[in-house]
Amino acid sequence: MPRISSVPTTNNKKSIYWGAVMAREKIVWLITNSCGGDTHSFLNAYHPDFRQMIEEFFDLCYNNHLSAAEGDVAMSILEAFVGGPERAFTLVVEGSIPTAADGMYCILGYRNGKPWTAVEAVQDLATKARYVVAVGTCAAFGGPYAAHPDPIGSKPVSKIVARPVINVPGCPVHPDWIAGTLYHLTRYGEPRLDAYHRPVLFYGETIHDRCERRHYFESGIFAAKPGESWCMYKIGCKGPVTYADCPVRHWSGEHVNWPVGANTPCIGCTSPEFPDGVAPFFEHLPDLSTPAVKVTADRVGILSGVATALGIGAHLAASIFTGRLGHTIRKALGGVNNAGVLRKPARRMKK
Amino acid sequence: MRKELVINPVTRANNQGQIEVTLENGTVVDCRSGCFFFRGFEIMLRGRDPRDAPYFTERICGICSTAHAMAAALALEDLAGVRPPKNGNILRNLIFAADILQNHIKHFYLFVLPDYVAGPDKSPFAPRYKGGYRLSPQVNARLIQHYFEAADISRVAHEMLTVLGGKAPFTHGVLAGGATVPPDSAVILDLRARLQRIKEFVREKMLPDAQTIADAYPEYYELGNRPLRLLNYDFLPVDPERNRFLFPGKVVEETGVREVNTASITEHLRHAYFAEQGGPLPPETRQPQPQPGKSGAYSWIKAPRYEGKAFEGGPLARLWITGHYRRGVSAMDRIMARVMETDVFCNLTEEWLEELEPDQPIFTPFEVPKEGEGLGLTGAMRGPLLHYMRVERGRLSYYDIITPSAWHFSPRDEKGQPGPVEEALIGTPIENADKPVEIGRIIRSFDPCYACATHVIIGNKKLHQFIA
Repeated sequence: MPRISSVPTTNNKKSIYWGAVMAREKIVWLITNSCGGDTHSFLNAYHPDFRQMIEEFFDLCYNNHLSAAEGDVAMSILEAFVGGPERAFTLVVEGSIPTAADGMYCILGYRNGKPWTAVEAVQDLATKARYVVAVGTCAAFGGPYAAHPDPIGSKPVSKIVARPVINVPGCPVHPDWIAGTLYHLTRYGEPRLDAYHRPVLFYGETIHDRCERRHYFESGIFAAKPGESWCMYKIGCKGPVTYADCPVRHWSGEHVNWPVGANTPCIGCTSPEFPDGVAPFFEHLPDLSTPAVKVTADRVGILSGVATALGIGAHLAASIFTGRLGHTIRKALGGVNNAGVLRKPARRMKK
Repeated sequence: MRKELVINPVTRANNQGQIEVTLENGTVVDCRSGCFFFRGFEIMLRGRDPRDAPYFTERICGICSTAHAMAAALALEDLAGVRPPKNGNILRNLIFAADILQNHIKHFYLFVLPDYVAGPDKSPFAPRYKGGYRLSPQVNARLIQHYFEAADISRVAHEMLTVLGGKAPFTHGVLAGGATVPPDSAVILDLRARLQRIKEFVREKMLPDAQTIADAYPEYYELGNRPLRLLNYDFLPVDPERNRFLFPGKVVEETGVREVNTASITEHLRHAYFAEQGGPLPPETRQPQPQPGKSGAYSWIKAPRYEGKAFEGGPLARLWITGHYRRGVSAMDRIMARVMETDVFCNLTEEWLEELEPDQPIFTPFEVPKEGEGLGLTGAMRGPLLHYMRVERGRLSYYDIITPSAWHFSPRDEKGQPGPVEEALIGTPIENADKPVEIGRIIRSFDPCYACATHVIIGNKKLHQFIA
């Protein structure tokens, strides 16, 4: 009887997964001022699942939710990276970094007998890291923990380290966005980024442009309350100003649904303005009247030409384009040139 | 011989904290539970649209977000005088239960298990304290296999939230007024199939694995113990009018089981960095003012007390009240109750799926009053959760949140009485002060969520002086 065996590979290189060609990238995942939601979302990955993720594709050297080490033993892991060679690992930061009171609002442990603030930890590790990745909207842009009145001076990672940061926002991040970004960095180097340093791969188009309910919008069929299966625009959907691929990717690891699919509005959680600039969540106008948030528009919208025909056109000819959110929209649409100067929007705005 | 020990970071918790203990002849004689990261949700909520509270407060916590959505929705319904339709009530319970399944499975396997089971010598299992593990290599290997299966199964539970709420964590499916995904036959079938996978795992792996650990480490039935003082708020309404609850709100003491009176809840400030305002405060009073460097203070967590006493909540409290588990109040009792409750939630979820009625309403529209107040009380993964909101001119003017982890990790109160975690640690013998495994095991029996506990902060004074 012949025996079945696996066919030897014709490629002289050994499989990348078992280390001969490329070692698994060491990941140091630092959780600063965060709810841990991005780690929990990372755990929701399906292909690869958590085991494949940490055994075959990456080496998750540190994450304070998951590491068996605690106290001094945990600190010894981080010490080794701070004192170790350059470019030996990728730093993933989850959470914003409070800078008020000299950073003492977030202490990650003790180093040399003194409290090690999140500011110091991120800076110390970032100087040695091959790449610095900000996961979740807090780390990328400040997010909910920098919401008005931001009593603790929360800053995104890019504001406290003197090197480029790859932003992978989302509240939480989609498991594919972070896993895909890390894999791209490991295998192909830095992915193409938009003006907010988000991988274009995942954040290249608006929710609105790829929405499965776009035809309801075009036809003027709007939901009047959550739970209805029509266009969510009138009950606050921020899809028109939000860059993410949720409508085609779906959540979570198994891609079963997404907020609009659940008959609720997109609340714009991948945007630099989240949450202040996209609140109230159930109004289609950013009218949050707090001193820190100056949104002059009385209606959100940079919608396509059909808007007027839908009877909401008046709202859309908004001065939003001159406000803070407008800056984002311009930047995302137009991108920046190499010198970091804003280009003109690539798309014409409908007045 | 006296010795001070500081563990920071306390890992395998939702975000991280610090434990400071004083050892005398190898026994913990004093303990301070602290946490050094701060935010300020209650302040950030002021001025916002009340309808945003469920989605906004979900961001307090990545592992128990649905609990905050639910408490905020209940507060909003209290304010508006609205109730969800029958289907809406069931759907919200289902979403909440699925998130609890996710939490309990993840907590037991990913957070607690590495305290008792020696994983392979690679990250994230290594490095770790050397020694102190008692299971055979074969049993260790089997339980680590289940560790990875648990990650998959807790994802399946999160996918149930996603089916009904678009994503997880931070589901969109729990709102004041009800739920948002109509339960058609395809949705119900999908959820039943997912639940079946979870239930098989819980029955065949999780319950036996918990027993294996309890058998190998029986002294934890005596460690981490504290007086019988358990608290639960009304949790999971049977009917949309909220006349009956699956886990009724009760106070448990040696003297017996009685009703909760919310007027007995106060927040003590004596050992927290807040100016005292003439004694303990009920939750609906004005926001306390910070007082950094205050003499005698050592935490930014306020100390909630019931009738002036420290209480704990969570699965042990709930199963004690329903009568399913009444062995004692120790580290292992908390763990066993949590595992048993996971099984209970599988059954409840199955029953709710039976009760859903396709084509019946799921959401009740309502107007938010321009003025008023609302109280949202619920159980949560870890214990009793309170949201209180006040609305003026259509906007939130005041918000207070008392989380289960604030109860558990609270500092000492007016009378100098320690918080529950401190009580549980004092008196613990530590075999080897260089690897104090006992402390982490006891802390984690409370299912710590530091993210929830430290949601309040005001002011921007220097903190150096009191973080010694």
